[in-house]
Amino acid sequence: MSAKKSKKPIFLFLAKEREPLFSKKNRALLKDPLDDNNPITVQVLGICSALAITVQLKPAVVMTLSVIAVMAASNVIVSLLRNLIPNRIRIIVQLVVVASMVILVDQVLRAYAYDVSKQLSIFVGLIITNCIVMGRLEAFALGNGVWRSFLDGVGNALGYGMMLILVAFFRELFGSGKLYGYQVIPEALYEMGYVNNGFMLLSPMALITVGLIIWFQRARNRKLIEKN
Amino acid sequence: MNRDSNGYTFGFAAAMVIVVASVLAFTASSLKDLQQDNVRKEKMQNILATIGIETDRDGAEKLFNQYITAQLALRNDGSVDAEVSAFSDINLAIEIKKNPTDQRFPLYIANVSDNDFYIIPLRGSGLWDAIWGYVALDSDKNTIKGAVFDHKAETAGLGAEITQDWFMNRFVGEKVFDNTGNLVGIAVSKTNNDPKDLDKNDHEVDAISGATITGDGVSDMILERLSHYLPYFNKTTQTIAFNE
Repeated sequence: MSAKKSKKPIFLFLAKEREPLFSKKNRALLKDPLDDNNPITVQVLGICSALAITVQLKPAVVMTLSVIAVMAASNVIVSLLRNLIPNRIRIIVQLVVVASMVILVDQVLRAYAYDVSKQLSIFVGLIITNCIVMGRLEAFALGNGVWRSFLDGVGNALGYGMMLILVAFFRELFGSGKLYGYQVIPEALYEMGYVNNGFMLLSPMALITVGLIIWFQRARNRKLIEKN
Repeated sequence: MNRDSNGYTFGFAAAMVIVVASVLAFTASSLKDLQQDNVRKEKMQNILATIGIETDRDGAEKLFNQYITAQLALRNDGSVDAEVSAFSDINLAIEIKKNPTDQRFPLYIANVSDNDFYIIPLRGSGLWDAIWGYVALDSDKNTIKGAVFDHKAETAGLGAEITQDWFMNRFVGEKVFDNTGNLVGIAVSKTNNDPKDLDKNDHEVDAISGATITGDGVSDMILERLSHYLPYFNKTTQTIAFNE
C-alpha cells in the first residue's frame, strides 16, 4: 500500500501540474505557423528577405537554418528575461538579444565552419532586420513560458523557411534551370528552343510567386476565407 | 521593485550593455586566431587555384610553399620593395585607396613543371560592395592561365555568379595585351557574340545576364590592377610576346 502511494503522487504531480511537452496546445504552436498562420503568406511578414535570397535554393536553405537557430535562441532568452525587462525599453532589449545572437553564431561559424559562414555572411544583416523575429519576441516570448516560446520560435521559423524554400524552388527551376545548383532541365530541351526565364531571377518575380502561393493557399484552406 | 521606474530602466540598460559587450568581446578575441588562420589558408588556396592546383584548405599551406617561388612587393616604378612582405603585410582593401606612388603591388611567382606563372591579386568594386580575386598570367605575361573571383555582397544568382567555375573558366586563354602591345585587359562584354568564348583573341568574355554592373566591375578591376605591373614586366622582359 505504501509502495503504491509513493509511486502515485509522482505521476499525479506530472499529470496535474505540468502539461506534456507536446500537448495539443503546444503542437499547435509548431503547426499553426506552417499553414493557418504562416508568417509570410498570412501575416505577410519577412517579405523583404524572402525577395532577396530566393534566387537559388542553397542560400534559402542556409537562411532557413540560421533563422531557426536565431529565433529559437532569442525567443528562449527573452522569455527567460520577460519578468525583468523594463517595459519602456523592451524593443531595444529585444533588438540587442537578436543582434548578439546573430553575431555570436557568425563568429563561431567563422572559426569552425568557415565555408558555411561565407555562405551566410550577407544574410547576417537580413536576419537581424527580419520582422518575424522581432514580431514573435514582442507578441509571444514576452508573455509566455520558455518551452512554449521555444516551440513558437521554431514553428514560425519553419513556416518562414518553408515559404522561402518553395519560392526559391520555382525561381531557380524556371530562372536558371537548376535545383540546388544542379542542372535539372535537360540540354536537349534548350536545343529545342527552351530558354530560361531571366525575369524569374529578379526580385519582382518573388513577389508574384508569393502572391500565387497565397492565392493557392486561400483557395484550399477554408479557415482563411474571409467572410464579409 | 518597480519595473517602470527610471532608475530600474537605466540600471537594466547599463547591465545589459556590459554583459553583451563582454560576451561578444570575449568570443571575438578568443576565436580571432582560428578565424585569421582560415582567411590566410583560403588566400593560399585561391592563389593556387589560378594556376590550376586544386586543394582543400588544410593542404593549401604545404602546396603554397612548394609551388610559389617568389613573393614580391612592387613599387609603382617596377622596383621591388624588400622590406614589405607581399603575403602578410599588404592588405589590398587599404592599399587601393592610397596614391599609386605610395602603394605596394603584390606579385606571386609560381613554378609548376618548369613554367613560370605570374599571379596578380585584384580588387575592385561590384554593384553592392567590394569584389576581389587573383589572375595568373602564363610565362609570356600575356595569356591568362586562370582567374579566381570572390565578392562580399553581390546578389545571389546574379552578380554572385562571378565565383562560379563556368564564369572564371571563360578567362582561361584570353590575352591581356592587344596586337600592338597595349594593355587592354579583359572586358566582360554583353555584345561579343561569342557565348561559348571560343574566340580567345578578342579580349572579351561573355557577361552574365542581370549582372551588368558586377561584370563591368570585373573588367575595370582587371585593367586597373594589371596596369600597375607594366613597369615591372617591361623591366624583366625586353619584348612582350604579342598575339601570333
